[in-house]
Amino acid sequence: MIEIKNIKKTFGTKTVIEDVSTIMHAGKVNLIIGASGSGKTVMMKCIVGLVKPDLGQIKYEDADFLNMEEKEKKELRTQIGMLFQGSALFDSLTVENNVMFPLDMFTTKTLAEKRQRVNEVLDRVNLKDANKKYPAELSGGMKKRVALARAIVLNPKYLFCDEPNSGLDPQTSLVIDKLIMEITAEFKMTTIINTHDMNTVMESGDHIVFLHQGRKQWEGSKDDIIFSKDTYLNNFIFASEFLQDAKNKRMQDAKHA
Amino acid sequence: MLGGMFTKPENARVYWKEFIHQCYEIGIGSAGIVVIISLFLGAVTTVQTAYQLISPLVQKYVIAQIIRDSTFLELSPTVVCIVLAGVIGSKIASELGNMRVSEQIDALEIMGINTKTYLILPKIVASIIVVPCLITISMFLSIWGGYLAGTLTGILSEQQFTQGLLTDFITFNLVFGLIKSFTFAFIISSVSAYFGYNVKGGALEIGRSSTTSVVVSCILILCADYGLAALLL
Ligand SMILES: Nc1ncnc2c1ncn2[C@@H]1O[C@H](COP(=O)(O)OP(=O)(O)OP(=O)(O)O)[C@@H](O)[C@H]1O
Ligand SMILES: [Mg+2]
Repeated sequence: MIEIKNIKKTFGTKTVIEDVSTIMHAGKVNLIIGASGSGKTVMMKCIVGLVKPDLGQIKYEDADFLNMEEKEKKELRTQIGMLFQGSALFDSLTVENNVMFPLDMFTTKTLAEKRQRVNEVLDRVNLKDANKKYPAELSGGMKKRVALARAIVLNPKYLFCDEPNSGLDPQTSLVIDKLIMEITAEFKMTTIINTHDMNTVMESGDHIVFLHQGRKQWEGSKDDIIFSKDTYLNNFIFASEFLQDAKNKRMQDAKHA
Repeated sequence: MLGGMFTKPENARVYWKEFIHQCYEIGIGSAGIVVIISLFLGAVTTVQTAYQLISPLVQKYVIAQIIRDSTFLELSPTVVCIVLAGVIGSKIASELGNMRVSEQIDALEIMGINTKTYLILPKIVASIIVVPCLITISMFLSIWGGYLAGTLTGILSEQQFTQGLLTDFITFNLVFGLIKSFTFAFIISSVSAYFGYNVKGGALEIGRSSTTSVVVSCILILCADYGLAALLL
């Protein structure tokens, strides 16, 4: 569980995150949604400590993250896996060695065991036969999947994904969503995902925080979203006529039931 | 920045691997240019010294003596290190800058790795070990270049050259050259690591930081060069 209390972040004179509070639950897929530029990435970076918020409190379980000793913070971070929006793969390492890196650093497994684990996670993100390739030789979507594999290779307690399925085809995107849901439930992970993929929202949004211009505009689950009266949320989620129709149909079904 | 570098490594084996990798990168990456520069430095010094020493009172072997001492004292350590500031420094700065801009440093940080220790320390230690080796090789090559230029063009004979090399040999000159190369190696690696690690922005800033790091390294090398000479000679 991660508790976020009244965090605020400004860059110069521009306020990017304004007084956001929420609780990210364990064993659930927590989504942060919002338009491009609404502050999702900055919010995620605040939570993991890459950006220091100006105000507010962040608690991992009961530990105050922002005032933690460096040593404790390092300890906690070995339990965090993160997928960056730009993948952030190590250019100088092959796909296999990228995914193996956390294993090399933090485990005493043999090479054979590490290889096996690497192949296992690469298999789960639907990526085979790319072990010996370098990041420069991969497509954007492949990089994303390698980065996800690297983030989950140690079975982290906290998983952060910044737009895991941007740049993926719908089918692979579903595979990734399902994988994230599965491991979240299986290992009781606290999973936080930034997304503006509507499929993800409607499939896996156990807990959704909607950011609008840096403020928390709405909070709820995928089941609440259909009935929300919030205009900003409605305009954001059901942007197209197609999606509006789908929403109306669902609402009618719900009424008849 | 240097203070944050000395923490216990998360996994000594990975750090060792990184260190060996850096030694290889720095050593092999700049060996070619060091060989070429050193040979020419020695050769040109021979020809030009001979050109300046026209007095019949000065014996030919003095030319070899001059080559030896200027190689040990200045040509190999300083000139070659200034070139290395360009080769190694820009490489370190742009590598770290790229890692910063593409969030690879953040990714390491998130894993709970002390990025200063992991990324910077192996580079500095590798430089301090490899650069003096390169400079030693450069000293030999420079003198050999001088020998080739001297004997092939008939400026002085083989015996005169050897005699010059052995006359008034001061071991401290050699040691002094090596002290310089240690110092310069530290300057090159730490300055470029500093500028690379702290890049903010995009690809444009990476280029800018690598240029800045080369310029700053060169100036610091020249200052240290003067400082060491004033202090130790
Ligand atoms: N380092 C920074 N310095 C200044 N402004 C920044 C910085 N990082 C982000 N911002 C600003 O903060 C705002 C929110 O950015 P953020 O990256 O969080 O958006 P986002 O919701 O993740 O968008 P997207 O969906 O496009 O990734 C943007 O207006 C951006 O210009
Ligand atoms: Mg973003």
